[in-house]
Amino acid sequence: MSDAMPTGERRQLAPPVDHTGVMGWMRRNLFSSWGNGITTIVLIAAVAWLLSGFLHWAVFTATFTAPNGQACRGHGACWALIHEKYRYIFFGSFPYQQHWRPLLAVLTMLAMLVSSADRRMWNGRLVVIWLVGTFITFLLMFGVLSFSISFFLTIALICGGIGMFARAGVGTAVEVNGWRAMAAIGAVGLVLRILDILPAWSLNIRAFDYVETGLWGGLPVTMILATYGLAFAFPYGILLALGRRSNLPLIKGLCVGFIELIRGVPLISLLIMASVMLPLFLPSGTTIDKFLRALVAVILFAGAYIAEIIRGGLQSLPKGQFEAADAMALSYPQKTILIILPQALRVVIPPLINTFIGFFKDTSLVLIIGIFDFLNTANQALVDPNWAGFPAEVYLFAAFVYFCFCFSMSRYSKYLEVELNKGTRR
Amino acid sequence: MAVEAVGSRSHTTRVAPWNDPTVRGWVFQIVIVGLVVALAWFLVSNTLENLARQKIASGFHYLDREAGFEIGDTMIAYSPANTYARAIFVGLLNTLKVAGIGIVLSTILGTLIGVGRLSPNWLLSKICEYYVEIFRNVPLLLWLFLIYKLISEAFPGPRQAINVLNSFFLSNRGLYFPVPLANPAHQWMGVAFLVAVVATWFMARWARKRQEATGQPFHTIYTGVGLLVGLPALVWLAFGAPVGMSWPALKGFNFVGGTVIQPEFTALLVGLVLYTSAFVAEIVRSGILALNKGQSEAAAAIGLSRGQIMRLVLLPQAMRIIVPPMTSQYLNITKNSSLAIAIGYPDLVASVNVTINQTGQAIENILIIMAAYLTVSLSISAFMNWYNKRIALRER
Repeated sequence: MSDAMPTGERRQLAPPVDHTGVMGWMRRNLFSSWGNGITTIVLIAAVAWLLSGFLHWAVFTATFTAPNGQACRGHGACWALIHEKYRYIFFGSFPYQQHWRPLLAVLTMLAMLVSSADRRMWNGRLVVIWLVGTFITFLLMFGVLSFSISFFLTIALICGGIGMFARAGVGTAVEVNGWRAMAAIGAVGLVLRILDILPAWSLNIRAFDYVETGLWGGLPVTMILATYGLAFAFPYGILLALGRRSNLPLIKGLCVGFIELIRGVPLISLLIMASVMLPLFLPSGTTIDKFLRALVAVILFAGAYIAEIIRGGLQSLPKGQFEAADAMALSYPQKTILIILPQALRVVIPPLINTFIGFFKDTSLVLIIGIFDFLNTANQALVDPNWAGFPAEVYLFAAFVYFCFCFSMSRYSKYLEVELNKGTRR
Repeated sequence: MAVEAVGSRSHTTRVAPWNDPTVRGWVFQIVIVGLVVALAWFLVSNTLENLARQKIASGFHYLDREAGFEIGDTMIAYSPANTYARAIFVGLLNTLKVAGIGIVLSTILGTLIGVGRLSPNWLLSKICEYYVEIFRNVPLLLWLFLIYKLISEAFPGPRQAINVLNSFFLSNRGLYFPVPLANPAHQWMGVAFLVAVVATWFMARWARKRQEATGQPFHTIYTGVGLLVGLPALVWLAFGAPVGMSWPALKGFNFVGGTVIQPEFTALLVGLVLYTSAFVAEIVRSGILALNKGQSEAAAAIGLSRGQIMRLVLLPQAMRIIVPPMTSQYLNITKNSSLAIAIGYPDLVASVNVTINQTGQAIENILIIMAAYLTVSLSISAFMNWYNKRIALRER
């Protein structure tokens, strides 16, 4: 086993290729082969060309302040237009002196959404935050809020009913009787109100000047349509999803038919339907606000999509959960509210956020039926003859705002997906 | 309310009817269906009353009346003297045209970008990532407006049209280009092309069988292209090679002759493809990432090139994961093509909307829209389900 040392000149091997540092990183990721190197060079050239052209237009030759569109002509981007119109784009035809109201409403909704994103808030506090936030938002937007007695009675009926079924056999007798009493007051009161025995009392709160929905516009409209469209669609989507999973053939048929019908047609057709057919559906003489029509269409549409997502969550639960709940002799509402939904909804939070992003973008379609959402006010800003001919600036600005909203939400949804799966990941 | 009907019959002790799940289930169903029917009756009776008050006759008779409106882009012969039915059909064909071309193009572009995001080239994968994030986080409608306004304002008018070889004219009225004059040869060339398609399909089948049996590969692609181009060319020669062309030329304020791709169509198609391909790219990427790493390593170990690994090993397997979400993207393209109405492209919804405004027959027209979209959506999902079954993993 003796290794004779080789004699004479030894061939010198080249030192190993450096894989560390900036050069090493570039060698690995940009120039790992001939083809890769050529791709990199071509891409760098293309990006440099595009970026320099864009910056030349958007920054170096751009006009940032100008009295009118004429002064912008012949230069690059006319950001003066945005400077001139940004309040209209954000708040539409809302009375100019009162723009602080939609601004505060937007901030309230943002605060509401951001605090809902914090997992430490996922308990009873969230309900309080949403109730207070909704009250402030609509008080700011309308200026005057009037709650009829039927509204309070309906709330009492719904809350009492849910509490009565969910807490039966779980809560103390006092508590369950309290829920029962609440539901009974709601039901009896509503019947009395319909029979006109109870007078039409209402609670009026006048804080500011009344502003009708026809004057609303811009970002608050987009945010209200997306947020409340989805908030109202959520319970109704849950009911549809439960109905679709039910063993009762008639209920199942109704829910499947409704979901598939809505998912098969475009949102525009529902919006057109809401704008031309809702007035036909109602007794003659009743008028229904245009904004409300759009909201109804969005709720109908969103409900079907939410139902399908929640169905995914319901299907992902192991069968044992249902069987164990049955073995505990829980009633159907108890099983659903206490055992099934808490687990199913937890699974579907990330896809629900993605749906919210989708609806935030899709609310832009309401401009077809003449509602001044954020995209529509941006569109209207182009109409001014003093500032005609600069569509790219306005649309890029609107795109930037939409992007900020949607991108941050999609990042949050990604983060949440990882966070919620921590327990199950290998 | 309890729904577990199973097993209730095996009870030996009799249960009071109000505690029997079957009975309760049926009572609950009847109550709900009764409420739905009552709501429907309320809506229908209101509608009938309102229609009677506005003196609008219901029914589909209006479809036979003269439409009287122009449609900018038609695939079949149409004039304002035609009926509403034909106008709506023209709109439907336009919807199908945009959706069909959009599906093909966004699949191609989306797959390229999705594969590009997985490229070892850092710059390429970053560019693809930015593309995806930018396009899917901004509403489609905004892209459509932006592209449409850029086309109609950035391009010159017809008189200053960008002129390529005196035959292609690009202006804010669209892209005009020459087309062959109508000739009976074209129909026979079409027939020849169809024959070539069928022949290619049989040839590909035979070639695959032979390769499986003997291992000998066959140049399916070259032969196929030869057939598809060669057969129509032979027919063209057999008809004496007619070369008459209709050339676009500026006359007055616009071009005559040739044919045109309109700016509305271009904006709609480009917007749909750019937007949807961002979603397709994410589907393709996650489909490939879901595969076991061993697949690409094993393929590399037997000496396949990167392109071959992707084409022969990864994509066919990823297809199984990709197809179901892709189906919903195809349905989205079809439904999103209805945004055409916002930039003035005459698709189904746009034609029907004009019809509603002219006739006041809202309900019938909305039924037509829904029926048309449901039919198209169900056909696409039926086809994709069939395809999904075909490529699904056949397990023992």
